[in-house]
Amino acid sequence: MTFTLYNYVLSGNCYKIRLMAALLGVEYETVAVDFYPGMEHRSPQMLSLNPAGTLPVLTAGDLVLTETQAMLTWMATSFDTSGTWFPAGDPALLGVVQQWLGFSGRLTQSAGLARLHSMLDWPVDGQAACAAAVKDLRILERHLTDRVLEGGLWIAGETPTIADVACFPYVALSPDAGLEHDAYPAIRNWLYAIRGLPGFVAMPGIHYRHEGTSGTNG
Amino acid sequence: MSREYATNDWYPVADAARMIPGHGFTTRLLGEPLEVSGSFENPVVTARDGRMLPVQVRYGHVWTTTGSAPRPLFDIAEADETDRTFVPCGAVQVRCSPLRAVENFLDIAHFPFVHTGILGEEPHTQVAPYKVEIREDADEVWATQIGFHQPQAAKSATEAIETRYEYRVPAPTTAVLYKTCPPKPEAWDVIAIFVQPVAEDMCIAWPWMALYDDVSPYADLVQFQQEIFLQDRSILENQKPTLLPLDPRMEIPTRCDLTSVVYRRWLKRKGATYGALTTAA
Repeated sequence: MTFTLYNYVLSGNCYKIRLMAALLGVEYETVAVDFYPGMEHRSPQMLSLNPAGTLPVLTAGDLVLTETQAMLTWMATSFDTSGTWFPAGDPALLGVVQQWLGFSGRLTQSAGLARLHSMLDWPVDGQAACAAAVKDLRILERHLTDRVLEGGLWIAGETPTIADVACFPYVALSPDAGLEHDAYPAIRNWLYAIRGLPGFVAMPGIHYRHEGTSGTNG
Repeated sequence: MSREYATNDWYPVADAARMIPGHGFTTRLLGEPLEVSGSFENPVVTARDGRMLPVQVRYGHVWTTTGSAPRPLFDIAEADETDRTFVPCGAVQVRCSPLRAVENFLDIAHFPFVHTGILGEEPHTQVAPYKVEIREDADEVWATQIGFHQPQAAKSATEAIETRYEYRVPAPTTAVLYKTCPPKPEAWDVIAIFVQPVAEDMCIAWPWMALYDDVSPYADLVQFQQEIFLQDRSILENQKPTLLPLDPRMEIPTRCDLTSVVYRRWLKRKGATYGALTTAA
């Protein structure tokens, strides 16, 4: 087996790994962690694996990764034979990819937190998280609009990269926090394009494109 | 809307995981704030005016009621079968009518489209005729003789099976599902949704299961149910109108919606209209 994912089915960050694996066609094992309501990610057993007490955790032999964006990098460089998901040979392009990997971490703290608050009544300032999420959605909308005007579709370059996978979940899931996509046409088209990638997998709140339908509502 | 009928039912406000001694919390029930404190074994629920409300601990949850003449909490006999695995699945907040959350739980036709690969799959979309009745002696809605093709009926299922279902609505904001238990076909798995009506257009769902499954890790059981319920959440939040229409002129049901038709009729007859639209707009 290639790797083991310590997984929570409703986590957008765990979904990044499931999605990346599906897009790369990589088989892996999962261990379900009862993040909610069990708070098992804070159990002694999980803390010994990841002292930060976060999910996901990825293990492969002696390798233990606890940062989602690092896992995407490792997966792309290990399993992507095309070399396009992590464009290591193009410094400028790779710089842009890394830029948006960083941005995806901000999305976790804005749109991701707003979703946890709205869905599971997480004890955080929901209004502040929503306001931060709107700011981030506008930044991404502007970038993707610029990309379309340049003739592009993806976050960086001519093909999807790990930056698209990293930014996708919490943007796609923002309606879970009441943040609909109506005001973000470039984001809507980008989400639709990702949902159409070969091997795409869904998660609760993110649906498959339905065969036999057409148009941007999928 | 009738708040009055609703005040005399019991509602879940916490599970064991939520009850941390020394860390009371505020929640809302029927539009009013409540303080919940104490321990899971000895919970204390206080209304805004300082009144201590009646409490009972059943089915893995703390239940309370705000009314002066509460109806008894319904009985789920399987909760006393100690060889079952009991799985409270936490609380999920949904911006929808509490009655819509129950109605969605009673619907079979959406399985292939929303719970694809788990509770249904195309082309097996047909809902065969089934029976629905109001059992007058118990004052409950029952749907029986339901069969449906399911790719993965439960975590314990190893292949697609023709699952048998019975649905029971023992109170306006509770639905109980009895379905084929894959490893023990002579018994039913029990899956319930206990709904806390926060307001007419906001609710907290507390899914709870009483299963026969000695194999699956506990975290897998919780996540199996959470995945299914969260697939419904985004759809529930987009249903219009937000409140559940009880006037038969407002929506046109089909044969497969019979449980919903009888549920709505039962609610209307009882005057259980908190979260409902009672007249055509």
